[in-house]
Amino acid sequence: MTVVPELTEHERAHEAAESRRGFLMALPAYLYLIVFFAIPLAIVFVYSFATRSRTGGTDLSGWNLDSYGRLGEDIVTRVVFRSFGLAMTTTIICLLLAYPFAYFVATRRPAVRGLLLVGVMIPFWTNFLVRNYAWRVLLSNDGPVSQFTEAVGLGETQILFTQVAVVIGLVYGFLPFMILPLYASLERIDPRLIEASRDLYASSWASFRKVVLPLSRPGAIAGSILVFVPSFGAYVTPAILGGDKKPLLGSYIVSQFLTARNWPFGASLSSVLIIVMLSATLVYFRAGGRNL
Amino acid sequence: MIRGWTARLLGGATGLVYLFLYAPVLLLVVFSFSADRNVGRWGGFTLEWYREFGANENVQSALAISLQVAIVSTLVATVLGTLAALALERFRFRGKKVFDALLYLPIIIPDVTMAVMMLLFFTWSLDLVDTVTGFQLRKGIATVVVSHIAFNISFVSVVVRARLEGMDQTLEQAAADLYASRWQAFRHVTLPLILPGIVGGALLALTLSLDDVVITQFASGPGSTTLPVYVFGLIRRGVTPLINAVSVVMLAASVLLVVLSLIAQRSREPGRATTE
Amino acid sequence: MKEGDIPMTRKLLGLLFAFTLVAAACGGSDDAEEAAATGDCAVGQTDGDLALYNWSEYMDPDLITAFEAEFGVSVTEDFYDSNEAMQPIVAAGGSGYDVIVPSDYMVSILIEEGSIMKLNKDAIPNLSNLASDFASGLPYDPDAEYSAPYQWGTTGIGVNLSVVGEDVPRTWGLIFDAELADQYAGQITLLNDPRETMGAALKYLGYSLNSTSEEELAEAQALVAEATERVAAYDSDQYDELVGSGQTVIGHGYSGNFLFQFLELDNPEDYTYFVPEEGGTRWIDNMAVVADAPHPCTAHTFINFLLDAENGAALTNWNLYASPNAAAEEFIDPEVLADPIVYPVDQSKLEEIADTGDFEINYSDAFNEAKG
Repeated sequence: MTVVPELTEHERAHEAAESRRGFLMALPAYLYLIVFFAIPLAIVFVYSFATRSRTGGTDLSGWNLDSYGRLGEDIVTRVVFRSFGLAMTTTIICLLLAYPFAYFVATRRPAVRGLLLVGVMIPFWTNFLVRNYAWRVLLSNDGPVSQFTEAVGLGETQILFTQVAVVIGLVYGFLPFMILPLYASLERIDPRLIEASRDLYASSWASFRKVVLPLSRPGAIAGSILVFVPSFGAYVTPAILGGDKKPLLGSYIVSQFLTARNWPFGASLSSVLIIVMLSATLVYFRAGGRNL
Repeated sequence: MIRGWTARLLGGATGLVYLFLYAPVLLLVVFSFSADRNVGRWGGFTLEWYREFGANENVQSALAISLQVAIVSTLVATVLGTLAALALERFRFRGKKVFDALLYLPIIIPDVTMAVMMLLFFTWSLDLVDTVTGFQLRKGIATVVVSHIAFNISFVSVVVRARLEGMDQTLEQAAADLYASRWQAFRHVTLPLILPGIVGGALLALTLSLDDVVITQFASGPGSTTLPVYVFGLIRRGVTPLINAVSVVMLAASVLLVVLSLIAQRSREPGRATTE
Repeated sequence: MKEGDIPMTRKLLGLLFAFTLVAAACGGSDDAEEAAATGDCAVGQTDGDLALYNWSEYMDPDLITAFEAEFGVSVTEDFYDSNEAMQPIVAAGGSGYDVIVPSDYMVSILIEEGSIMKLNKDAIPNLSNLASDFASGLPYDPDAEYSAPYQWGTTGIGVNLSVVGEDVPRTWGLIFDAELADQYAGQITLLNDPRETMGAALKYLGYSLNSTSEEELAEAQALVAEATERVAAYDSDQYDELVGSGQTVIGHGYSGNFLFQFLELDNPEDYTYFVPEEGGTRWIDNMAVVADAPHPCTAHTFINFLLDAENGAALTNWNLYASPNAAAEEFIDPEVLADPIVYPVDQSKLEEIADTGDFEINYSDAFNEAKG
């Protein structure tokens, strides 16, 4: 919708009706998230100003900023940078794998399309832990991957409990999060548009760059968010496949809530993370949406 | 359309992605027939784990609860999430920016934080309901469903918005002029156009719900242990191929569903061709 | 809805929001006020169905069936994977569970937070079956007022003897002494648990594993940091399978899990588990009744049922952990009873983990710092 500087009476009434309609459509989800998300989140925010009691309970009587003071510790910075690097790597690899895949699927006949897409999801209807343990077996010193590399003369590989194993596990776990939105935006591309662009541009690369790429951008942006954000906080896969030797943000937050039972610190870590990530996400989406 | 070597290259890449996706699944299926308790050590062929699945009521009830939670939360979240996506992409209204931000929060929040906050929230709010109305409510399947919907709405709406964003609106506008009601225009034009986004979002929601451990654990009460929570507890003693067998049964069931829906589509197609 | 309604809704939401904040702020301070009311129950009395919250694979399902048949109630069992996951759920109140099975240090936390009730000992005559060193005087519940021991075991080292040799020194040095341990670099796992792993290092240094000295903890942190270089993984779940599959050679973990794993193997004699000579952890899991248990009498009856001699033995025969039940010994499989992995010969250097209060944060921080 474009911004019109001066509205007529009729247009203004139309605008108001539209606004009401939009609000009503958003209302159910809006209300739901306020009651079952925003209010609970407010409790976490309140907890971040409290104190850990001797037994690991949360003492809400004296408000203080102590938990926020701890955010400046070196380990927090280390953990954040380490997790950021891991999440970036995962997102880029997911994008590289998912793009050709989603493009191929989106250009098949409708019946084949559906089948190929559901085929992506079926492995994920098994159990999450069992999938991770399956990777542990695949990547272990005498596992199938190692046996394969040995058979082709590359020698035994030791992947399990390394960063490589963690990246493989995260890419595996979050690949559908990239494929689905990419597919959803690529699928709407009219094949005739590509045909037409073929006539217009000399190379198929040029037609891809000028036509397909811009159209798929919303999907790529949504997908990167859906992959980056959860891998930034992932802790189960890094523990199972990486051996949890270097703390990551996810495991660090979990250790505050569950091991140290220091809820105020866990809550302050989470609050700051949420605020930073939300701003970054909104900026990323808006920038991505504007300049194609 | 794409032809020639580009198509072959893309096809090859797709094949590799499929290999990557199915390698662990293959391993999982194979070891569901292994007599050794440890996944990864072949102990000879057996159907023992399937028999145990048939006899183990804990696992069966956990699976049944998981499916209930996943289906209900996916349905509700898909409807709410799609409406939210349409509102945000197609309309301007007051409070839109706040709503936009609120929608991203459940994706951003670390799951252990969400788990803790749901625990505190349900304890407090059920207490409140008790003192105000006298109804003694307890945490259980319902509270698990409520928390799953809370995170699934956001995931659905992100996928649907990726579909809607930048989509040509002329068709919808034409339809709005053509059809008598807005509902008809939506039903016959907009809905089919955004359906791939809705389906993608729903698939994602279903997967997330079937996989969640921590939030479920903290939102549940007696008798509402889901399969992932059950399996998570098992790892202390070792996850046996029993869980592989359960996974294989779920795989088989979903493949069967897919095949059935394909057959249904096929048989409908000639009919559709004659009416159009 | 009219245009004017929108701000109204917003106002209402704002009110609701403010109300939540206030209520949340007030809600937390009533922790200890629910003074544990002792259930006034008779022996064998039931007051409804039982909700049991337990570790998984810890309860013989046949025992549950037998209890249901004998007392005409049904039992719902849910599972948790760590004390730390169970505690907040129970402590929040309104969990709906009757009986929980916390470990030693967690019992003292639950007592202090008012989350579990005093047991009515008259309703549990089978308490007399407990061995004398489990009947009272346990550090986490000195007068045995709140908990009844369920099972116990130790934390130590499981090794692959065919790699390390039969005469391997039985010491924590296998993990912390560079000269002994470097040859196994990349083949060692440590528990992903600050108290257990820092505790092992403290024991190696000759300190108590409940040390609250910052200097001692700093020494232990340096040791663990050094060990991190040669550790394959921090793993609290599959350390036994990793040793069994040959991926690792030395594993830090719990007695029963290693035994269970070794019995599965074709060549169990190639593996063993021991508590190092410097000493290690003895952990005791206990049955306790949740303070706001909906069915306290059924809960007491259930605890009494499990403390029965034959039922206690059934438990040990099923999960291969040691029983605190002296009367049960004659029904326990003699092989299990004689196994030094289940019942270590020298128990003098074992120590239970105790809650160290505010110092828990130091343990958690030291562990994270040691990892980097």
